[in-house]
Amino acid sequence: MPQIKHHLTDALLMGYSAGTLPEAFDLVVATHISVCDECRAQMHSFDALGGALIEETGTMAIAEGCLEATFAQIARGDKKTEARPIRKRGTFPAPLQDYVGGDLDAVKWRRVGGGVSDALLKTSGQAAVRLLRIPGGVAVPDHGHRGTELTLVLQGAFRDASDRFGVGDVEVADDAMVHKPVAEAGAECICLAATDAPLRFSGLIPRIAQPFLRI
Amino acid sequence: MNVTVTDLSKRLEWVAQIEAIRDRQDKQAFAELFRHFAPRVKAFLMKSGSTADFAEECTQDVMATLWRKAHMFDGTKASVSTWIFTIARNRKIDMIRKDRRPEPEDLNWGPETESSAAEIMAIQQDSDELARALSTLPDKQRKLIERAYFGELSHSEIAAETGLPLGTIKSRIRLALDRLRHAMT
Repeated sequence: MPQIKHHLTDALLMGYSAGTLPEAFDLVVATHISVCDECRAQMHSFDALGGALIEETGTMAIAEGCLEATFAQIARGDKKTEARPIRKRGTFPAPLQDYVGGDLDAVKWRRVGGGVSDALLKTSGQAAVRLLRIPGGVAVPDHGHRGTELTLVLQGAFRDASDRFGVGDVEVADDAMVHKPVAEAGAECICLAATDAPLRFSGLIPRIAQPFLRI
Repeated sequence: MNVTVTDLSKRLEWVAQIEAIRDRQDKQAFAELFRHFAPRVKAFLMKSGSTADFAEECTQDVMATLWRKAHMFDGTKASVSTWIFTIARNRKIDMIRKDRRPEPEDLNWGPETESSAAEIMAIQQDSDELARALSTLPDKQRKLIERAYFGELSHSEIAAETGLPLGTIKSRIRLALDRLRHAMT
């Protein structure tokens, strides 16, 4: 387990537990929890709160015969659910491998300039999630946010004005924050980044390029 | 609002009922869990915005899943209502997104899954305290929590400060995880 310094917020963990986050955020949360026992334990406590709510939200009458229908459904056997392939932890924890279709070597990178590459992962809803590959010492273009951006480090490390983020660390940035992450010298920095609104670049050129980058 | 707090003996009975389903496909035990939980799952789903038909279909799936996955219930990590909540939540997401929710990597809890009665008792007690605390929360605070779980708030609107004794459950799970990591190295 990596030494993790930057964790998910309680609001995100509660949203994950409630099942109300966009899929892109769910993926970042599940990937972080895979390597972070602190947040895993906190997730369990928010699940327990969901359990307490279900006990106390009241009741709605169930149709006559629903119990029999349920027994019949059980007797028919399992609904076909495709089993998830068993994933061995590589650079990517299992939930991320499910979206990539494999580990780091299976990613189809696309160059976005300045030596930086990305790969969008398919999710439903408004929020988007992508992998980012930043060569050591290189900066991601200066950008602010209209919404929330989650950035989880999978390999290497980056720094921005606030702190250093290493493997397993997640940065939660809100719309007030304009930041300029720079990959630490050395190995490439690979991150999983989710946004619930398009990024807003500060410089003129990147803003023009933005529609083409689809970020 | 229906504020009937379950007592601890009831919680332990639910655990025993899941074990009866797991060990000997006990239909009677299942029927009792169904009668208690199905109307609650349905109410929960409807408060989360489901139509009555969708909620009932989903509830039936949830209860069938409880039967099929009874072997996966771990009474040292969760109460029965917590487990049912997670099944219902996942089922709802599946039906809405047509895709499964990304889940954290499974932990192999190892030989200690031969769970001790004391550990089961501890987490059921924590759950009991939590439910009691929830039932005595001022209305305004409780509404905020409900709105978060019923999907009426976005993550940036959620106030996760609940004033509830969530810390005890977190510490207990955290300790179990530490023990597990220790055993693995």
